[in-house]
Amino acid sequence: MSTTLLLVQGLNGLQLGILLFLIAAGLTLVFGVMDFINLAHGVQYMVGAYFAAFFAAQTGSFWLALLLALPAALLFGLLLEFLVFRHLYDRDHMAQVLATFGVILVLNQGVKMVFGAAPLQVPLPDALTGGIRVMEGLLYPTYRLAIIAGGLATAGLLWWLVERTKVGMLVRAGATNAPMVAALGVDIRRLFMVVFGFGAMLAGFAGVLAAPILSVEPGMGDNLLILAFVVIVIGGIGSIRGAFLAALLVGLVETLGRSLMPDLMRLFLSPSEARQVGAALSSMLIYIAMAAILAFRPAGLFPVRAS
Amino acid sequence: MTMRIELGRRAALGLGASALAMPLVARAQAAPVKVGLVAVLTGPQASLGTHLRDGFMLGMRHLENRLGGRGAEVLVIDDELRPDAAVTKVRAAIERDRCDVIVGVVFSNILAAIMRPVTEAQTFLISTNAGPSPFAGRGCNPFFFATSYVNDQNHAVMGQAAQDAGYRRVMIMTPNYQAGRDAAAGFKSRYRGEVVDEIYTPLTQLDFSAELARIAAARPDALFTFMPGGLGVNLVRQYRQAGLGNIPFLSAFTVDEAVLPAQGDAAVGFFTGTTWTPTLPNEQNARFVRDFEGQFNYVPASYAAHAYDSAFLLDSAIRRTGGNMADKGALRAAIKAADFRSVRGNFAFGANHFPVQDFWLAKVAKRADGKFQTEHERKVFDNVTDPFAAECRMPAG
Repeated sequence: MSTTLLLVQGLNGLQLGILLFLIAAGLTLVFGVMDFINLAHGVQYMVGAYFAAFFAAQTGSFWLALLLALPAALLFGLLLEFLVFRHLYDRDHMAQVLATFGVILVLNQGVKMVFGAAPLQVPLPDALTGGIRVMEGLLYPTYRLAIIAGGLATAGLLWWLVERTKVGMLVRAGATNAPMVAALGVDIRRLFMVVFGFGAMLAGFAGVLAAPILSVEPGMGDNLLILAFVVIVIGGIGSIRGAFLAALLVGLVETLGRSLMPDLMRLFLSPSEARQVGAALSSMLIYIAMAAILAFRPAGLFPVRAS
Repeated sequence: MTMRIELGRRAALGLGASALAMPLVARAQAAPVKVGLVAVLTGPQASLGTHLRDGFMLGMRHLENRLGGRGAEVLVIDDELRPDAAVTKVRAAIERDRCDVIVGVVFSNILAAIMRPVTEAQTFLISTNAGPSPFAGRGCNPFFFATSYVNDQNHAVMGQAAQDAGYRRVMIMTPNYQAGRDAAAGFKSRYRGEVVDEIYTPLTQLDFSAELARIAAARPDALFTFMPGGLGVNLVRQYRQAGLGNIPFLSAFTVDEAVLPAQGDAAVGFFTGTTWTPTLPNEQNARFVRDFEGQFNYVPASYAAHAYDSAFLLDSAIRRTGGNMADKGALRAAIKAADFRSVRGNFAFGANHFPVQDFWLAKVAKRADGKFQTEHERKVFDNVTDPFAAECRMPAG
């Protein structure tokens, strides 16, 4: 494997990590601040992608679709909060898991009824259709670079919001000790709603970004949700910084594992066995990494919650 | 009708199922033929099931809702792509709703699950898509017919096509599960050149950027792949975006009309191995495609075409027996005769109840109206019997 190929794979891993971060950021806040397990976070990513597909088809422009899909995702998140999640904050985790799982089923089926079962496509924005030749015969799509840039900018904005603003301070305080914040006279329910809506919008944003490179289809968020949970557990529940680093770590481990593992296995095994074992091992790799990290740091890399 | 079913249910409750069988036989001739149509209609793969259902329904419409001169009723069953759900629903269709024949099934695992319950009830099962090789070989069954293909055949078509095109180095990429490994094996059964590498990806993988970089680094003469449904949408678009479009894209079940609307321009010029395309020049096909698009407003895929054929197959068979569905031997012979005009042109059943038919190399094209379809390029196999037929010792029904 050449150095260029390794660099390209690093870039691929980075881009996956960025998408994961956008999903995991909302999830970790909701889980951390409200102690609320929201399995339906993945469908909010899907809903964002569907909004993008819908608005792109209506307006014919990706940028307009992005502009319209973000508030739509926010409103949709708030609507879900109002209709369903609000009534679950005081219930135990099992009730939350059950109810939010129900939301997954309803929404997956719902988008199918509205948009049909066939995958939809969102065209690339015109300005970002090309690619940069990173190695012989391979273009790195400009759009993927834009995802990395957009994700990093969002991460910076989030850092600023959480670390430098009053709301951010309340969010951090809420993640550390929510009852105490409420006792100090902060309307914790409203804070929850803000955090929830914002998290839903971030997941929706990830969906919009992913729509032009991945197919928009029912259930598209379900697999990413599992990875997002891995990310927030590794990063430490409630920690934005942890989610960011863990997302990049998971993205890189997943991508590099997939590309290197079969070659690595070839050192010990016959080619056909190496392919099978390599493919199997690489899909396990992030879970192995998670287990290893949790063995040394049971609360994740950057624990937030006061124990 | 409703009342009679009510009475029948009460009788069944009171006297057991044997009492119920009597009046049913007596009115068998007058009652409509009942077809249980099994397709996946929920979940991510539902678009394939929708093609299948719409294809069969169009066939019924063209036959004016009659099969072989008798009125017909179609009971649509959503298998949910869950074998347990499929078995429960199909059992109910046979035992409670008294379906005379079960038709459909997109996925092989669903077919494998309902195979025994249906055939052991001495009910004919006609697969319009799924064609796992065991059922064509040692596991062939007197109550089972397939109007589609053996799964491996489409892959072998691409292997032969790659061989014919003179590609010397081919890379293979498929999902890491049984059908994916079968696809690679099917391709290699006909391809004699060098396989540079085989990549197996998790079934849930959405982003192929890491694999595309590996393909670009290996610079093969062509790529062979099998990525059904949404996997194919992602792969095709990312393949094009990564600038790999100049490496010929050979595939099976990856670029077809079920996913082309989402793949769009990215898929144009990509190859697939198939039994059927909307462009095959025969009258039956022209009418099918025209009316299908007219009624459902999308371009049919082979799932729809095979299902449409199956409606005409049933019609021809029931006509042959004079409407009699009770004599299983006569009905079997009538189905096996395949005395109908297929949208594929050539169509006959082999000894293992799988089709003997042509296979085509097809290429994706954009039509003048902006829609996408596969167009046949050249015939790769002429009137071919599947390689598993020789292993079949068809038991007498």
